Amino acid sequence: MARKIRVLVAKAGLDGHDRGAKVVASAMRDAGFEVIYTGLHQTPEMIVQAAVQEDVDAVALSILSGAHMTLFPRVLELMREKGIGDVLLTGGGIIPKADMTALRQMGVGELFGPGTSTTAIIEYIRGAAPGGAASRSAKAGSAR
Amino acid sequence: MANAARTETATERAKRETSDAETAEAPPALSGGENGAPASPTPLFETLSGIPVKPLYGPVDVKPGLEERLGEPGKFPFTRGLHPEMYRKRLWTMRQFAGFGSAEHTNQRFHYLLAQGMTGLSTAFDMPTLMGYDADHAMAFGEVGREGVAISSLEDMEILFRGIPLDQVTTSMTINAPAVVLLAMYVAVAEKQGIGAEKLGGTVQADMLKEFIAQKEWICPPRPSVKICVDMIEWCAKHMPKWNSISISGYHIREAGATAVQELAFTIADGIGYVEECVKRGMDVDEFAPRLSFFWDVHNDFFEEIAKFRAGRRIWAKLMRDRFGAKNPRSWQLRTHAQTAGVSLTAQQPLNNVARVAIQALAAVLGGTQSLHTNSMDETLALPTEEAATVALRTQQIIAHETGVTNVVDPFAGSYFVESLTDRMEEEAMSYIRRIDEMGGIIQAVERGFPQKEIADSAYRFQMQVEEGRRTIVGVNRFGGEEEISIPVLKIDPEIERRQIERVRAVRARRDAARWEQAMKDLRDACRSDKNLVPYVLDAVRAYATLGEISDVFREAYGVYREPAVF
Repeated sequence: MARKIRVLVAKAGLDGHDRGAKVVASAMRDAGFEVIYTGLHQTPEMIVQAAVQEDVDAVALSILSGAHMTLFPRVLELMREKGIGDVLLTGGGIIPKADMTALRQMGVGELFGPGTSTTAIIEYIRGAAPGGAASRSAKAGSAR
Repeated sequence: MANAARTETATERAKRETSDAETAEAPPALSGGENGAPASPTPLFETLSGIPVKPLYGPVDVKPGLEERLGEPGKFPFTRGLHPEMYRKRLWTMRQFAGFGSAEHTNQRFHYLLAQGMTGLSTAFDMPTLMGYDADHAMAFGEVGREGVAISSLEDMEILFRGIPLDQVTTSMTINAPAVVLLAMYVAVAEKQGIGAEKLGGTVQADMLKEFIAQKEWICPPRPSVKICVDMIEWCAKHMPKWNSISISGYHIREAGATAVQELAFTIADGIGYVEECVKRGMDVDEFAPRLSFFWDVHNDFFEEIAKFRAGRRIWAKLMRDRFGAKNPRSWQLRTHAQTAGVSLTAQQPLNNVARVAIQALAAVLGGTQSLHTNSMDETLALPTEEAATVALRTQQIIAHETGVTNVVDPFAGSYFVESLTDRMEEEAMSYIRRIDEMGGIIQAVERGFPQKEIADSAYRFQMQVEEGRRTIVGVNRFGGEEEISIPVLKIDPEIERRQIERVRAVRARRDAARWEQAMKDLRDACRSDKNLVPYVLDAVRAYATLGEISDVFREAYGVYREPAVF
């Protein structure tokens, strides 16, 4: 039986807008994902630590505070440092198109704006992060 | 299919929550879509909040005793409005929320908006300020000046209100956890202008209960947070007779996903919570209740919103008179600010938002609001540009001066539909309020996560209705697909963060260290007692103690709140 896709839904920085993160988390859970929600006001360090500990296939970061151009790159950098650079980093929020493009070029996955259906997000994660954890558990196992 | 299963439960829940037997059978699906858009499978004949709506209303839908439930405008229970002549005598205050970047930038925007005919200021603060951090704190990284203006010390506040005589404007400050600090800074700036606190008019939002319920900007846990709110209510009652000591807010509750009924219920439950705490402290209800104010969201469902405003006034009047024994008619009045629903705006086809805002604003006016903010069309993309903010203000001016709706007080009174909806909302909100009372009050309910969970469930239900096409959002799940229209977006210069960090450090280096130290010590001591903290915070800001330093005193004294991460 296929292992369930594990996703860390994370809220970074001071932003308290959690309606979207909670709706997406609920939809992922109903779609059969295992969802871990960090809660609010996490630093990039806390998020990446949780991603490592929970052995997730994807990190879905929600940012509506305008701080996406500092927080996404920082989370990505830390993920690479901690050896989980192969885990998908995706997310959503109030992010202008140009910034989405710039973040994609840095290695962040698809980012989703207002009006996105949860189905689109779920389909994307299914496609972009399958088996990520399975291939990584061997690596992680030897490192521990 | 997982989605289909989910729909069943959502529909069942909606049916369970609506109390009478009006729930109509779902009508047959539309046969085709317009403009190639997918057909709506089953149109929902219900309000945006899930109250079933019949095709026709008549005398049988209005229960006996309507005249008593309505009263006259300006009289108990204020269903028809707070004033006998309403907008004929005085229009609502057009209060546009503004704030971005540095204090200098926002000061310029204030001067611009006042020159355009705006009649009250409304300040948006950035995330670090809202959470009680100075610009140079690690948690402020990347967020300084982004969502509002950055205020770290009294010096920033002096710049923010430069050239604005504070006895000639009223100012609303959207600040909660550190509200006591910003209130003190405002009083201190006025002192420097030679204006006493008794002359100042305006509001600090200062409603911490709705922070735990919905907006999620906090410093300390609920109980000490509410204690500080009550300190402000008490101090303002004595020293600031023209100041609204709190703005009990449904806005954020609604934006987080609540239905109109939940917004009404949880907000009024919060109001009850503050009144109870003030009474426990030994204050007379008529001493402070006239300065309590409210803040509603205005969403798309036109009649439901009008009914909500009317029901809210009636519920509050009855509670204050009959439950709390208030004798002053001003204590019975639910005075409210309103803001159009940010959450209803779409990033797709943003020009459509101008129409949404106009309809919502009209509902607030027909509902009898005392002041109004209209959102800018670009707010799902970034903070508003000057042009977008001007269109939003002009929308209010058009309603006020061109439509004629201001000529008649409460024009929907007596409408079978609106009266029936008003009664229905009152009943459903009161049933929630009774449940919260049974839990031991709103503070206990919040600690148990009750309103939080109800809101998250409503948000999820709404999203699923949109995704199934049962709710239409024009330009998003229907009538979309055209070329994307791009509109100009306000950019915040990252330089602002660097300059703000320099400024707060310079203030710390320059201030009178001995005076600062004494004020900080006095504040720390006061936090260990039951004393009202306002005078101590006032002394601290006069000594240029920063917002972050004062918030740290609260963190040490009362602890830091962490929310259980549930969804």
